[in-house]
Amino acid sequence: MKKITIITGHYGSGKTNLAVNLALRLADAGEKVTIVDFDIVNPYFRTADFAKLFEERGVTLAASMYANTSLDIPAISFDMERMAYEDGYLIIDVGGDDAGAIGLGRYAEGFSAYVPDQLDMWYVVNRYRYLTEEPQETLELMYEIEAVSRMRHTGIVNNSNLGKETTAETILRAVPYAEEIAAQAKLPLVCTTCRKDLTVSVPDILPVEVFVKPVWEE
Amino acid sequence: MERSLMKGNEALAEAAIRAGCKCFFGYPITPQTELSAYMAKRMEKSGGVFLQAESEIAAINMVLGAASTGVRAMTSSSSPGVSLKAEGISYMAGSDLPGLIINVQRGGPGLGSIQPAQSDYNQATHAMGHGDFHILVYAPCSVQEMVDTVTLAFDKADQYRMPAMILADGLLGQMMEPVTFPEPRTTLPDKSDWAANGHGNKREHHIINSLYLDAPLLEAKVQERFKRYAIIEETETDAELYCCDDAEIVVTAYGASARVSKSAVTAARRKGIKAGLCRPKTLWPFPKKELCEATKHASHILDVEMSMGQMIDDVRLATECRLPVSFFGRTGGVIPTPAEVLAEIEKLAGGAE
Repeated sequence: MKKITIITGHYGSGKTNLAVNLALRLADAGEKVTIVDFDIVNPYFRTADFAKLFEERGVTLAASMYANTSLDIPAISFDMERMAYEDGYLIIDVGGDDAGAIGLGRYAEGFSAYVPDQLDMWYVVNRYRYLTEEPQETLELMYEIEAVSRMRHTGIVNNSNLGKETTAETILRAVPYAEEIAAQAKLPLVCTTCRKDLTVSVPDILPVEVFVKPVWEE
Repeated sequence: MERSLMKGNEALAEAAIRAGCKCFFGYPITPQTELSAYMAKRMEKSGGVFLQAESEIAAINMVLGAASTGVRAMTSSSSPGVSLKAEGISYMAGSDLPGLIINVQRGGPGLGSIQPAQSDYNQATHAMGHGDFHILVYAPCSVQEMVDTVTLAFDKADQYRMPAMILADGLLGQMMEPVTFPEPRTTLPDKSDWAANGHGNKREHHIINSLYLDAPLLEAKVQERFKRYAIIEETETDAELYCCDDAEIVVTAYGASARVSKSAVTAARRKGIKAGLCRPKTLWPFPKKELCEATKHASHILDVEMSMGQMIDDVRLATECRLPVSFFGRTGGVIPTPAEVLAEIEKLAGGAE
């Protein structure tokens, strides 16, 4: 992984769950890692929900001081450019759709000037999300995110899942969809995620744990 | 049909479009906003109207106007916004107009919090505006059930010519679950005997109105409406009973707190406690006979809500105070955990067997 990984995508494509998994993997490997809750659209089900888990596993969390409070304003109350300078990995979990990525545009110039070769921006896709079931619809949203963030994606992550109904078959069936998006976008398909307890033989599998779930699925 | 992963708020919107809803009027408010945003994107493409009104009051009055012409119309909001709609809902009820109002509840009173809550139960079921009237109130507990309930709510609102509400909460609105959508409705109920949609000089005017100059006339109208309500109370109640056949402790909960409670009941069963869950799917009419059936062998009821206990009186009345009713709730936007509910069940059971 490069120094900075920005994760974007449609609401519910699974950005947060991917970001949490990536951060924990790096921390478990002894790396210094900061995860950024860059969500300015969702009131809950966001990276900051896992503050306790990050503390236990040695991940630094940067989140708006208003995350998970009732102050429903799109505030970024931390210095992300400074974090980009500092040692260690930076994983940035961006809020859903183009609306959530607007704030990212503020950093486009700084990131490209200071860390041009150390930046990945991955677009997370989920074949089973309504209205992004066709590669074309998914790509339109990707370009909308690029327009507002003034940055270019460097890879596609296939995070296709049906929540707790996900089976190996669910993941297998979504691979051609992800390959098609990658081909059309002329970007590499970085990986296909797969819940840890499932076995799927697909290239570049990234086993993940499911962290983002309602309280009754403890 | 294929399963899709949907956020609750989006699923409510898509289900409404498929149920033949042609007009959406609303004003954004967290945690409901994705519903409006989805409508803004999709309604026009589906041949309908999306309009962000200048206020919640304007939005509900636009629903009143659109419903008067016979089309399926709706609005959605969250708690503080629903309070603003109260006047318009009363006018709709007084004009015998169908329509759908969605409340994705958040913590209150006042501006309260943007976290999930169920503290608008009393408002929805007992006092959704001034005057003698009821509205249909549905309480789904999953994204799929929200989809199914939208169609049902529109159908029943049309059938009985009255407003219907879906009482959801922020958790159901924000969470993602797999869903299957029904095919879009192609035929809708005929409203030509009352809709004010142009008489073309071929019939008498249809008048949509809630003002009566003569008191006995209004009294007769209200009494006629209450005859309809009696039929609804008899025929339209619904509840899910889970592990109730031999249950000694029955938990009553709806919506998100029912999901929490179901996990707790399952855990209690594993510990050998005869617990069950009665989950009202209709809050008005309240499922009295279903709750009586669920509590046949019960010695205790535990009411669980994300409020200070607003449904508890309806639970007591439905069971005619035959059983002691305890309460456990979190409020202000705090969500109870299955472990907390299980601890309450264990307390009532006198410790695990």
